[in-house]
Amino acid sequence: MATAAQAESEGIFHWLDRSHTVAKPGFSRWLVPPAALCVHLCIGQVYAFSVFNLPMTKLIGITQSAPDDWKLTELGWIFSIAIVFLGLAAAFTGTWLDRVGPRKAMFTAALCFGGGFLISALGVHLHQLWIVYLGYGVVGGCGLGIGYISPVKTLITWFPDRPGMATGMAIMGFGGGALIASPLSVWLMQQFATPTHVGVAETFIVLGLIYMFFMMMGGVIVRVPAPGWAPKGYVAPKQPKKLVTDQEVHVDQALRTPQFYLLWLVLCLNVTAGIGVLGQASAMSQEMFPGRITAIAASGFVGLLSIFNMAGRFFWASTSDYIGRRNTYMVFFLLGIALYAAVPWTGHTGSVVLFVAFYCVIISMYGGGFATIPAYLKDIFGTRYVGAIHGRLLTAWSAAGVFGPVLVNYIREYQIDHGVAKADAYSITMYIMAGLLFIGFICNFLMHPVHERHHIKNEEAKA
Amino acid sequence: MAEAKHHEDVSDANAVKLFLAWSFVGIPLAWGIYKTLANAVLLFQ
Repeated sequence: MATAAQAESEGIFHWLDRSHTVAKPGFSRWLVPPAALCVHLCIGQVYAFSVFNLPMTKLIGITQSAPDDWKLTELGWIFSIAIVFLGLAAAFTGTWLDRVGPRKAMFTAALCFGGGFLISALGVHLHQLWIVYLGYGVVGGCGLGIGYISPVKTLITWFPDRPGMATGMAIMGFGGGALIASPLSVWLMQQFATPTHVGVAETFIVLGLIYMFFMMMGGVIVRVPAPGWAPKGYVAPKQPKKLVTDQEVHVDQALRTPQFYLLWLVLCLNVTAGIGVLGQASAMSQEMFPGRITAIAASGFVGLLSIFNMAGRFFWASTSDYIGRRNTYMVFFLLGIALYAAVPWTGHTGSVVLFVAFYCVIISMYGGGFATIPAYLKDIFGTRYVGAIHGRLLTAWSAAGVFGPVLVNYIREYQIDHGVAKADAYSITMYIMAGLLFIGFICNFLMHPVHERHHIKNEEAKA
Repeated sequence: MAEAKHHEDVSDANAVKLFLAWSFVGIPLAWGIYKTLANAVLLFQ
């Protein structure tokens, strides 16, 4: 196994090494969250990729799809491939990332994510879809995964007093990235569009270069604390709380504990429920309130949900520093069960305001689940391998990305095929989602400290 | 266990760096939130 010393680079890449990112005395730790946000605000663009779908079906026909143009079903795979490679990259590069440090990881993520756009621009220019799959899906997806986990451990180390808030700030950026990317992409396509050209390739090039620059700036700003550093006035608790360990568990050992799989299920079930209803928010609002929520209003509703998705990440993760991680997830599951079950009732009473309010809280808890999990992992497994463990846990996201939409779409179609009215077809779906949250509640309830046989012994830790 | 080192600084130089770094991410994010909220208003019209 390569050691930290062996991981050091030579030549011009030397300054990317962990040893060159150690903060000098006087460095403010509050510079690290914006460094993390530089990366997360960029990679959060993935949630807005759908704005390219329609223009990419008209690359040849321009005003309408020509027979040789790409189909929407073919284009849907770009996002799916990117999310799969996000999970894979996070799972397989977590250990490497812990070794080389955040700067090299952020630069690698910048090259992959920005480079993915540039490769995709070539694919659009040559009208070769496989190049777009390779570019944005595979290469860009790897950038997503590496970028997503790159600042997590660094933030937790800088903020031992408020790890939830620190990681919540970064992961909030992932939720907020789409808010920037969506209007920016539309504006860029308008600038590059001509009567004979839709402007997607040029937009990809500009976005790729902007994202590469922004993410590299994050790498320039980021620092790791010097060994033994602690915030002013911070004293580590002498008697840790029951579910907050002062020990370390190796990433390989973590996979042998029931706690890892309980947390995997906790994340997967929370995300499955959220992703399932998030994907249907627009159609659901219009079908539950026909004539009252129009297609334009529904797009405003989806935008509002994006803001709550983002804000929930910061709010819930920060709250978890005060009420504890397990209690925060208890709130997600119990409040989630009540709200998911109550959404059909808002349709029956015709209350748009309650429908929107319930949905906003649900989506805030969906985002909150992502943002609270790194601090939960730190509490259970310690800080040392939290980046690598987090990377492996993100496979739960990939799984939920498949389960959620499939479950919701299948249940809905089954009901409509059996004569259920469209407005009522969502009721069963929401009750099933509430059921999934109940299973998540049980998993979270069963969480207990890792057995000491899994802890790294002091001698091993020093080595 | 090594004694913890405390070296946080709130000097003017750091204040400028903090302002620049937070503006670098805050301005694009604020623009994105504004554009989204402007669109979301349609829901209640």
